[in-house]
Amino acid sequence: MTAASPVPVHPRLGARVAYRLQQVLRPNAGYRWFAARIEGQGPARVLFTGAERETKTQMFGCRMCGQCALPVTGYVCPMGCPKELRNGPCGGVGADGSCEVYPDRRCVWVDAYDRAAAAQRAGDLRLLHRPIDHRRWGQSSWLNYWQGRDEGLWTGNPRENP
Amino acid sequence: MSLRERLASGGFAVTAEISPPRGASTQPITKTAASLKDWVDAVNVTDNQGSNVRLASWAGSLAVLSTGLEPVMQMTCRDRNRIALQSDLLGASALGIRNILVMTGDHPKFGDHPGAKPVFDLDSVQLLWTLRTMRDQHVLLSGRKLDPAPDCFLGAVENPFAPPVEFRADRLGKKVAAGAQFVQTQFVFDVPAFARWMAQVRDLGLTEQCAILAGVGAVRSVKALDYMHSHVPGVEVPDHIFQRLRKVPPAQQTAEGIKLAAEIVQQVAQIPGVAGVHLLVAGNEQAVPAILDRAELNLTRGTDGR
Repeated sequence: MTAASPVPVHPRLGARVAYRLQQVLRPNAGYRWFAARIEGQGPARVLFTGAERETKTQMFGCRMCGQCALPVTGYVCPMGCPKELRNGPCGGVGADGSCEVYPDRRCVWVDAYDRAAAAQRAGDLRLLHRPIDHRRWGQSSWLNYWQGRDEGLWTGNPRENP
Repeated sequence: MSLRERLASGGFAVTAEISPPRGASTQPITKTAASLKDWVDAVNVTDNQGSNVRLASWAGSLAVLSTGLEPVMQMTCRDRNRIALQSDLLGASALGIRNILVMTGDHPKFGDHPGAKPVFDLDSVQLLWTLRTMRDQHVLLSGRKLDPAPDCFLGAVENPFAPPVEFRADRLGKKVAAGAQFVQTQFVFDVPAFARWMAQVRDLGLTEQCAILAGVGAVRSVKALDYMHSHVPGVEVPDHIFQRLRKVPPAQQTAEGIKLAAEIVQQVAQIPGVAGVHLLVAGNEQAVPAILDRAELNLTRGTDGR
Protein backbone atom coordinates (compact mmCIF):
# COMPACT_ATOMS: atom_id res chain seq x y z
CA MET A 1 0.00 0.00 0.00
CA THR A 2 2.79 2.39 0.79
CA ALA A 3 5.27 3.41 -1.88
CA ALA A 4 7.90 0.93 -0.78
CA SER A 5 7.17 -2.70 -1.56
CA PRO A 6 7.07 -5.00 1.45
CA VAL A 7 10.37 -6.71 2.23
CA PRO A 8 10.90 -9.27 5.03
CA VAL A 9 12.76 -7.72 7.95
CA HIS A 10 14.31 -9.57 10.86
CA PRO A 11 13.54 -7.57 14.01
CA ARG A 12 16.41 -5.93 15.89
CA LEU A 13 14.59 -6.22 19.16
CA GLY A 14 14.84 -9.63 20.83
CA ALA A 15 11.54 -11.42 21.39
CA ARG A 16 12.11 -11.71 25.14
CA VAL A 17 12.50 -7.95 25.60
CA ALA A 18 9.53 -7.34 23.34
CA TYR A 19 7.26 -9.65 25.34
CA ARG A 20 8.37 -7.91 28.54
CA LEU A 21 7.57 -4.51 27.03
CA GLN A 22 4.17 -5.88 26.06
CA GLN A 23 3.36 -6.30 29.77
CA VAL A 24 4.32 -2.70 30.49
CA LEU A 25 2.49 -1.19 27.51
CA ARG A 26 -0.87 -2.97 27.96
CA PRO A 27 -3.78 -0.57 27.59
CA ASN A 28 -5.05 0.94 30.84
CA ALA A 29 -6.94 4.05 31.89
CA GLY A 30 -3.73 6.09 32.00
CA TYR A 31 -2.60 5.19 28.50
CA ARG A 32 -6.12 5.68 27.19
CA TRP A 33 -6.27 9.19 28.63
CA PHE A 34 -2.79 9.97 27.29
CA ALA A 35 -3.61 8.61 23.80
CA ALA A 36 -6.85 10.56 23.62
CA ARG A 37 -5.05 13.79 24.57
CA ILE A 38 -2.27 13.28 22.03
CA GLU A 39 -4.72 12.42 19.31
CA GLY A 40 -6.76 15.53 20.03
CA GLN A 41 -3.85 17.87 19.34
CA GLY A 42 -2.61 17.99 15.74
CA PRO A 43 1.07 18.79 16.29
CA ALA A 44 1.40 16.39 19.23
CA ARG A 45 -0.16 13.62 17.17
CA VAL A 46 2.19 14.26 14.24
CA LEU A 47 5.19 14.24 16.57
CA PHE A 48 4.09 11.13 18.41
CA THR A 49 3.29 9.28 15.16
CA GLY A 50 6.68 10.30 13.76
CA ALA A 51 8.42 8.95 16.84
CA GLU A 52 6.53 5.68 16.55
CA ARG A 53 7.40 5.44 12.87
CA GLU A 54 11.09 6.05 13.60
CA THR A 55 11.27 3.56 16.47
CA LYS A 56 9.29 0.76 14.86
CA THR A 57 10.95 1.15 11.46
CA GLN A 58 14.33 0.72 13.13
CA MET A 59 13.22 -2.15 15.32
CA PHE A 60 10.83 -4.11 13.10
CA GLY A 61 10.88 -2.63 9.60
CA CYS A 62 7.42 -1.20 10.39
CA ARG A 63 5.45 0.08 7.40
CA MET A 64 2.81 1.93 9.48
CA CYS A 65 -0.27 -0.08 8.61
CA GLY A 66 -1.76 1.44 11.77
CA GLN A 67 -3.09 -1.90 13.10
CA CYS A 68 -0.20 -3.66 14.71
CA ALA A 69 -0.06 -7.47 14.80
CA LEU A 70 3.37 -7.68 16.48
CA PRO A 71 2.10 -8.80 19.92
CA VAL A 72 0.88 -12.11 18.45
CA THR A 73 3.47 -12.70 15.72
CA GLY A 74 6.58 -13.16 17.84
CA TYR A 75 7.26 -9.47 17.23
CA VAL A 76 8.05 -10.07 13.56
CA CYS A 77 6.11 -7.74 11.28
CA PRO A 78 3.81 -9.67 8.90
CA MET A 79 3.51 -6.59 6.69
CA GLY A 80 7.07 -7.26 5.56
CA CYS A 81 5.77 -10.39 3.82
CA PRO A 82 5.64 -9.57 0.08
CA LYS A 83 2.07 -10.90 0.12
CA GLU A 84 1.31 -9.02 3.36
CA LEU A 85 -0.11 -12.21 4.84
CA ARG A 86 -1.59 -11.72 8.28
CA ASN A 87 -2.29 -15.46 8.53
CA GLY A 88 0.94 -16.79 7.07
CA PRO A 89 3.17 -18.47 6.10
CA CYS A 90 2.36 -19.15 2.45
CA GLY A 91 3.24 -22.43 0.76
CA GLY A 92 6.21 -21.05 -1.12
CA VAL A 93 8.71 -20.93 1.73
CA GLY A 94 12.07 -22.40 0.67
CA ALA A 95 13.41 -25.53 2.37
CA ASP A 96 15.94 -23.29 4.17
CA GLY A 97 13.19 -21.02 5.48
CA SER A 98 13.77 -18.34 2.86
CA CYS A 99 11.13 -16.06 1.38
CA GLU A 100 10.11 -17.12 -2.14
CA VAL A 101 10.15 -13.54 -3.37
CA TYR A 102 13.40 -12.51 -1.61
CA PRO A 103 15.39 -15.75 -1.40
CA ASP A 104 18.21 -14.01 0.46
CA ARG A 105 15.83 -13.15 3.29
CA ARG A 106 14.11 -15.30 5.84
CA CYS A 107 10.34 -15.72 5.65
CA VAL A 108 8.80 -13.47 8.32
CA TRP A 109 6.47 -16.26 9.39
CA VAL A 110 9.29 -18.75 9.84
CA ASP A 111 10.98 -16.10 11.93
CA ALA A 112 7.74 -15.42 13.81
CA TYR A 113 7.22 -19.11 14.53
CA ASP A 114 10.74 -19.57 15.86
CA ARG A 115 10.57 -16.51 18.11
CA ALA A 116 7.08 -17.24 19.40
CA ALA A 117 7.86 -20.92 20.01
CA ALA A 118 11.03 -20.03 21.92
CA ALA A 119 8.90 -17.87 24.23
CA GLN A 120 6.18 -20.56 24.57
CA ARG A 121 3.88 -18.36 22.51
CA ALA A 122 3.54 -20.53 19.36
CA GLY A 123 -0.18 -20.81 20.13
CA ASP A 124 -0.51 -17.12 19.18
CA LEU A 125 0.04 -18.09 15.57
CA ARG A 126 -3.23 -20.03 15.54
CA LEU A 127 -5.28 -16.86 16.00
CA LEU A 128 -7.36 -15.77 13.02
CA HIS A 129 -6.46 -12.30 11.84
CA ARG A 130 -9.22 -10.24 10.30
CA PRO A 131 -8.67 -8.28 7.06
CA ILE A 132 -6.96 -4.99 7.74
CA ASP A 133 -8.56 -1.58 7.28
CA HIS A 134 -6.60 0.18 4.56
CA ARG A 135 -7.79 3.58 5.77
CA ARG A 136 -5.50 3.23 8.75
CA TRP A 137 -2.18 3.30 6.88
CA GLY A 138 0.06 6.00 8.30
CA GLN A 139 -1.79 6.25 11.60
CA SER A 140 -0.19 5.60 14.95
CA SER A 141 -1.01 2.05 15.94
CA TRP A 142 -0.04 2.81 19.54
CA LEU A 143 -2.76 5.45 19.79
CA ASN A 144 -5.20 3.02 18.19
CA TYR A 145 -4.11 0.20 20.50
CA TRP A 146 -4.39 2.20 23.71
CA GLN A 147 -7.83 3.42 22.74
CA GLY A 148 -9.10 -0.12 22.22
CA ARG A 149 -9.46 0.07 18.43
CA ASP A 150 -7.26 -2.99 17.88
CA GLU A 151 -9.36 -5.35 19.98
CA GLY A 152 -11.00 -6.98 16.98
CA LEU A 153 -7.87 -7.42 14.87
CA TRP A 154 -7.73 -11.15 15.62
CA THR A 155 -9.82 -13.79 17.34
CA GLY A 156 -9.45 -17.31 18.62
CA ASN A 157 -13.10 -17.99 17.95
CA PRO A 158 -13.77 -18.94 14.33
CA ARG A 159 -17.55 -18.67 14.84
CA GLU A 160 -17.18 -14.90 14.93
CA ASN A 161 -17.55 -13.04 11.67
CA PRO A 162 -14.43 -11.84 9.84
CA MET B 1 -22.08 -38.00 -7.73
CA SER B 2 -20.68 -34.59 -6.85
CA LEU B 3 -17.31 -34.08 -5.19
CA ARG B 4 -19.10 -33.00 -2.03
CA GLU B 5 -21.24 -36.17 -2.07
CA ARG B 6 -18.28 -38.41 -2.86
CA LEU B 7 -16.38 -37.06 0.14
CA ALA B 8 -19.43 -37.12 2.40
CA SER B 9 -20.04 -40.78 1.50
CA GLY B 10 -16.50 -41.67 2.53
CA GLY B 11 -15.53 -42.63 -1.03
CA PHE B 12 -12.04 -42.05 -2.38
CA ALA B 13 -12.13 -38.84 -4.38
CA VAL B 14 -10.01 -38.04 -7.41
CA THR B 15 -9.52 -34.55 -8.75
CA ALA B 16 -7.22 -33.26 -11.45
CA GLU B 17 -6.13 -29.90 -12.74
CA ILE B 18 -6.72 -28.04 -15.99
CA SER B 19 -4.92 -24.85 -16.83
CA PRO B 20 -6.94 -22.65 -19.16
CA PRO B 21 -5.45 -21.53 -22.47
CA ARG B 22 -3.69 -18.28 -23.20
CA GLY B 23 -6.34 -17.29 -25.70
CA ALA B 24 -10.00 -16.50 -26.12
CA SER B 25 -11.37 -20.00 -26.52
CA THR B 26 -12.79 -22.57 -24.14
CA GLN B 27 -12.31 -25.39 -26.64
CA PRO B 28 -9.07 -26.78 -25.17
CA ILE B 29 -10.80 -26.94 -21.78
CA THR B 30 -13.94 -28.71 -22.95
CA LYS B 31 -11.79 -31.20 -24.86
CA THR B 32 -9.67 -32.01 -21.81
CA ALA B 33 -12.67 -32.07 -19.49
CA ALA B 34 -14.45 -34.55 -21.76
CA SER B 35 -11.42 -36.84 -21.70
CA LEU B 36 -11.24 -36.76 -17.90
CA LYS B 37 -14.93 -37.09 -17.23
CA ASP B 38 -14.92 -40.85 -16.64
CA TRP B 39 -11.90 -40.72 -14.38
CA VAL B 40 -12.25 -37.91 -11.90
CA ASP B 41 -14.87 -36.41 -9.60
CA ALA B 42 -13.96 -32.84 -10.46
CA VAL B 43 -11.27 -30.77 -12.12
CA ASN B 44 -9.60 -27.66 -10.82
CA VAL B 45 -9.52 -24.71 -13.16
CA THR B 46 -6.51 -22.62 -12.27
CA ASP B 47 -6.62 -18.88 -11.69
CA ASN B 48 -3.84 -17.37 -13.79
CA GLN B 49 -1.48 -20.07 -12.55
CA GLY B 50 2.04 -18.96 -11.75
CA SER B 51 0.91 -15.34 -12.23
CA ASN B 52 0.64 -15.88 -15.99
CA VAL B 53 -2.40 -14.48 -17.78
CA ARG B 54 -4.81 -17.19 -18.92
CA LEU B 55 -8.51 -17.40 -19.65
CA ALA B 56 -10.45 -16.55 -16.48
CA SER B 57 -11.03 -19.30 -13.96
CA TRP B 58 -14.80 -18.67 -13.81
CA ALA B 59 -15.09 -18.92 -17.61
CA GLY B 60 -13.03 -22.10 -17.66
CA SER B 61 -15.19 -23.51 -14.87
CA LEU B 62 -18.34 -22.80 -16.87
CA ALA B 63 -16.81 -24.60 -19.84
CA VAL B 64 -16.06 -27.64 -17.65
CA LEU B 65 -19.60 -27.55 -16.31
CA SER B 66 -20.97 -27.62 -19.87
CA THR B 67 -19.34 -31.02 -20.42
CA GLY B 68 -21.13 -32.50 -17.42
CA LEU B 69 -18.02 -32.57 -15.25
CA GLU B 70 -17.78 -30.66 -12.00
CA PRO B 71 -15.31 -27.79 -11.86
CA VAL B 72 -13.32 -26.63 -8.85
CA MET B 73 -12.89 -22.92 -9.43
CA GLN B 74 -9.57 -21.69 -8.10
CA MET B 75 -9.58 -18.24 -6.58
CA THR B 76 -6.39 -16.47 -5.62
CA CYS B 77 -5.96 -13.32 -3.56
CA ARG B 78 -3.29 -11.98 -5.87
CA ASP B 79 -5.28 -9.98 -8.41
CA ARG B 80 -8.55 -8.95 -6.78
CA ASN B 81 -9.54 -7.05 -3.68
CA ARG B 82 -12.29 -8.02 -1.26
CA ILE B 83 -14.98 -6.36 -3.37
CA ALA B 84 -14.09 -8.30 -6.53
CA LEU B 85 -13.59 -11.60 -4.70
CA GLN B 86 -17.00 -11.50 -3.04
CA SER B 87 -18.62 -10.46 -6.28
CA ASP B 88 -16.93 -13.39 -8.06
CA LEU B 89 -18.31 -15.86 -5.55
CA LEU B 90 -21.83 -14.55 -6.09
CA GLY B 91 -21.40 -14.82 -9.85
CA ALA B 92 -19.93 -18.31 -9.70
CA SER B 93 -22.61 -19.58 -7.38
CA ALA B 94 -25.40 -18.07 -9.47
CA LEU B 95 -24.01 -19.85 -12.55
CA GLY B 96 -23.81 -23.25 -10.85
CA ILE B 97 -20.15 -23.40 -9.87
CA ARG B 98 -20.13 -24.98 -6.43
CA ASN B 99 -16.56 -25.96 -5.58
CA ILE B 100 -14.30 -23.04 -4.78
CA LEU B 101 -10.62 -23.52 -4.02
CA VAL B 102 -9.10 -20.61 -2.17
CA MET B 103 -5.40 -19.87 -2.22
CA THR B 104 -3.13 -16.91 -1.62
CA GLY B 105 -1.62 -17.21 -5.09
CA ASP B 106 1.88 -16.87 -6.46
CA HIS B 107 3.57 -13.50 -6.33
CA PRO B 108 3.38 -11.58 -9.65
CA LYS B 109 7.17 -11.64 -9.72
CA PHE B 110 7.03 -15.23 -10.98
CA GLY B 111 4.75 -14.62 -13.94
CA ASP B 112 4.57 -12.90 -17.29
CA HIS B 113 3.70 -9.50 -15.80
CA PRO B 114 6.28 -9.10 -13.02
CA GLY B 115 5.55 -5.36 -12.81
CA ALA B 116 1.88 -5.93 -11.91
CA LYS B 117 0.51 -4.59 -8.66
CA PRO B 118 0.26 -7.41 -6.13
CA VAL B 119 -3.16 -7.01 -4.51
CA PHE B 120 -3.28 -9.48 -1.59
CA ASP B 121 -6.02 -7.41 0.07
CA LEU B 122 -7.19 -10.59 1.83
CA ASP B 123 -5.15 -13.68 2.54
CA SER B 124 -6.40 -17.22 1.95
CA VAL B 125 -7.61 -17.66 5.54
CA GLN B 126 -9.51 -14.36 5.42
CA LEU B 127 -11.03 -15.20 2.03
CA LEU B 128 -12.22 -18.62 3.24
CA TRP B 129 -13.67 -16.97 6.32
CA THR B 130 -15.40 -14.34 4.20
CA LEU B 131 -16.91 -16.87 1.79
CA ARG B 132 -18.10 -19.11 4.60
CA THR B 133 -19.77 -16.15 6.29
CA MET B 134 -21.45 -15.15 3.03
CA ARG B 135 -22.84 -18.67 2.68
CA ASP B 136 -23.75 -19.39 6.31
CA GLN B 137 -24.51 -15.99 7.81
CA HIS B 138 -25.83 -14.47 4.58
CA VAL B 139 -23.73 -11.37 5.01
CA LEU B 140 -20.88 -9.68 3.20
CA LEU B 141 -17.62 -8.80 4.90
CA SER B 142 -19.10 -5.35 5.44
CA GLY B 143 -22.03 -6.86 7.34
CA ARG B 144 -24.55 -6.08 4.58
CA LYS B 145 -27.22 -8.71 4.00
CA LEU B 146 -27.14 -11.04 0.99
CA ASP B 147 -30.19 -12.44 -0.73
CA PRO B 148 -29.99 -15.22 -1.73
CA ALA B 149 -26.80 -16.45 -0.14
CA PRO B 150 -24.34 -18.39 -2.31
CA ASP B 151 -24.08 -22.16 -2.15
CA CYS B 152 -20.51 -23.39 -2.16
CA PHE B 153 -18.16 -26.16 -1.12
CA LEU B 154 -14.98 -24.54 0.10
CA GLY B 155 -11.50 -25.86 -0.46
CA ALA B 156 -8.02 -24.79 0.52
CA VAL B 157 -4.46 -25.80 -0.23
CA GLU B 158 -1.59 -26.58 2.09
CA ASN B 159 2.07 -27.38 1.69
CA PRO B 160 2.97 -29.98 4.34
CA PHE B 161 6.66 -29.79 3.47
CA ALA B 162 7.53 -26.09 3.68
CA PRO B 163 9.02 -24.52 6.82
CA PRO B 164 7.98 -24.13 9.54
CA VAL B 165 7.03 -27.80 9.15
CA GLU B 166 5.95 -28.01 12.82
CA PHE B 167 3.33 -25.35 12.15
CA ARG B 168 1.87 -26.71 8.90
CA ALA B 169 -0.86 -28.83 10.49
CA ASP B 170 -1.85 -25.84 12.64
CA ARG B 171 -1.96 -23.69 9.57
CA LEU B 172 -4.40 -26.14 8.00
CA GLY B 173 -6.28 -25.91 11.29
CA LYS B 174 -6.65 -22.17 10.75
CA LYS B 175 -8.05 -22.78 7.28
CA VAL B 176 -10.49 -25.37 8.58
CA ALA B 177 -11.56 -22.99 11.35
CA ALA B 178 -12.08 -20.35 8.67
CA GLY B 179 -14.26 -22.65 6.57
CA ALA B 180 -12.21 -25.12 4.49
CA GLN B 181 -14.17 -28.33 3.86
CA PHE B 182 -11.55 -29.98 1.67
CA VAL B 183 -7.89 -29.42 1.08
CA GLN B 184 -5.58 -30.31 -1.78
CA THR B 185 -1.92 -30.51 -0.88
CA GLN B 186 1.24 -29.55 -2.68
CA PHE B 187 3.05 -32.35 -4.60
CA VAL B 188 3.72 -35.34 -2.39
CA PHE B 189 7.08 -36.83 -3.31
CA ASP B 190 8.22 -37.51 0.23
CA VAL B 191 5.56 -39.93 1.46
CA PRO B 192 7.01 -40.43 4.99
CA ALA B 193 7.07 -36.64 5.55
CA PHE B 194 3.49 -36.46 4.30
CA ALA B 195 2.50 -39.26 6.69
CA ARG B 196 4.05 -37.35 9.60
CA TRP B 197 2.03 -34.28 8.69
CA MET B 198 -1.13 -36.40 8.38
CA ALA B 199 -0.54 -37.76 11.89
CA GLN B 200 -0.50 -34.19 13.23
CA VAL B 201 -3.58 -33.33 11.17
CA ARG B 202 -5.41 -36.31 12.68
CA ASP B 203 -4.26 -35.38 16.18
CA LEU B 204 -5.82 -31.95 15.72
CA GLY B 205 -9.08 -33.64 14.72
CA LEU B 206 -9.05 -31.95 11.33
CA THR B 207 -9.84 -35.04 9.26
CA GLU B 208 -13.32 -35.09 10.77
CA GLN B 209 -14.03 -31.58 9.54
CA CYS B 210 -12.09 -31.45 6.31
CA ALA B 211 -11.32 -33.97 3.55
CA ILE B 212 -7.63 -34.27 2.74
CA LEU B 213 -6.69 -34.85 -0.89
CA ALA B 214 -3.01 -35.59 -1.43
CA GLY B 215 -1.41 -33.84 -4.39
CA VAL B 216 0.28 -36.29 -6.73
CA GLY B 217 2.04 -35.32 -9.94
CA ALA B 218 3.23 -37.25 -12.96
CA VAL B 219 6.76 -36.23 -13.85
CA ARG B 220 7.56 -36.34 -17.55
CA SER B 221 11.35 -36.10 -17.49
CA VAL B 222 14.35 -35.37 -15.32
CA LYS B 223 14.39 -31.94 -16.90
CA ALA B 224 10.80 -31.28 -15.86
CA LEU B 225 11.58 -32.50 -12.36
CA ASP B 226 14.58 -30.23 -12.20
CA TYR B 227 12.50 -27.26 -13.29
CA MET B 228 9.89 -28.03 -10.66
CA HIS B 229 12.52 -28.36 -7.97
CA SER B 230 14.24 -25.09 -8.73
CA HIS B 231 11.46 -22.89 -10.12
CA VAL B 232 8.14 -23.81 -8.51
CA PRO B 233 7.89 -22.11 -5.12
CA GLY B 234 7.48 -24.54 -2.28
CA VAL B 235 8.30 -27.72 -4.20
CA GLU B 236 11.23 -29.78 -2.96
CA VAL B 237 12.01 -33.01 -4.76
CA PRO B 238 13.90 -35.57 -2.65
CA ASP B 239 17.11 -37.01 -4.09
CA HIS B 240 15.81 -40.55 -4.36
CA ILE B 241 13.16 -39.42 -6.82
CA PHE B 242 15.82 -37.76 -9.00
CA GLN B 243 17.99 -40.87 -8.82
CA ARG B 244 15.14 -43.15 -9.75
CA LEU B 245 14.25 -41.11 -12.83
CA ARG B 246 17.86 -40.66 -13.91
CA LYS B 247 18.33 -44.41 -14.00
CA VAL B 248 15.90 -44.82 -16.90
CA PRO B 249 16.65 -43.67 -20.47
CA PRO B 250 14.98 -40.36 -21.47
CA ALA B 251 12.50 -42.10 -23.75
CA GLN B 252 11.12 -44.08 -20.82
CA GLN B 253 11.08 -41.31 -18.23
CA THR B 254 7.46 -40.37 -18.89
CA ALA B 255 6.37 -43.96 -18.29
CA GLU B 256 8.51 -44.11 -15.15
CA GLY B 257 6.89 -40.88 -13.95
CA ILE B 258 3.46 -42.44 -14.30
CA LYS B 259 4.62 -45.56 -12.48
CA LEU B 260 5.99 -43.40 -9.69
CA ALA B 261 2.76 -41.38 -9.47
CA ALA B 262 0.70 -44.57 -9.29
CA GLU B 263 2.89 -45.87 -6.46
CA ILE B 264 2.51 -42.62 -4.53
CA VAL B 265 -1.27 -42.76 -5.03
CA GLN B 266 -1.28 -46.27 -3.59
CA GLN B 267 0.90 -45.26 -0.66
CA VAL B 268 -1.05 -42.15 0.33
CA ALA B 269 -4.35 -44.04 -0.02
CA GLN B 270 -3.15 -46.28 2.83
CA ILE B 271 -2.59 -43.35 5.21
CA PRO B 272 -5.53 -42.95 7.62
CA GLY B 273 -7.50 -39.80 6.98
CA VAL B 274 -6.56 -39.39 3.32
CA ALA B 275 -9.85 -38.89 1.49
CA GLY B 276 -8.54 -38.85 -2.05
CA VAL B 277 -5.90 -37.62 -4.44
CA HIS B 278 -5.48 -34.49 -6.46
CA LEU B 279 -3.59 -35.22 -9.67
CA LEU B 280 -1.35 -32.32 -10.60
CA VAL B 281 -1.10 -33.06 -14.29
CA ALA B 282 -1.92 -29.74 -15.98
CA GLY B 283 -0.73 -30.00 -19.58
CA ASN B 284 -0.34 -33.78 -19.27
CA GLU B 285 -3.94 -34.77 -18.63
CA GLN B 286 -3.64 -38.00 -20.62
CA ALA B 287 -1.58 -39.31 -17.71
CA VAL B 288 -4.68 -39.45 -15.49
CA PRO B 289 -6.13 -42.75 -16.80
CA ALA B 290 -2.67 -44.32 -16.85
CA ILE B 291 -1.95 -43.37 -13.23
CA LEU B 292 -5.34 -44.51 -11.96
CA ASP B 293 -5.20 -47.75 -13.95
CA ARG B 294 -1.81 -48.55 -12.53
CA ALA B 295 -2.78 -47.61 -9.00
CA GLU B 296 -5.55 -50.24 -9.22
CA LEU B 297 -7.88 -48.47 -6.84
CA ASN B 298 -10.91 -49.88 -8.66
CA LEU B 299 -12.56 -46.53 -8.73
CA THR B 300 -15.70 -46.69 -10.75
CA ARG B 301 -16.60 -43.40 -12.34
CA GLY B 302 -18.43 -42.66 -15.56
CA THR B 303 -22.09 -43.43 -16.10
CA ASP B 304 -22.40 -46.25 -13.58
CA GLY B 305 -20.33 -44.82 -10.79
CA ARG B 306 -21.73 -41.35 -10.97
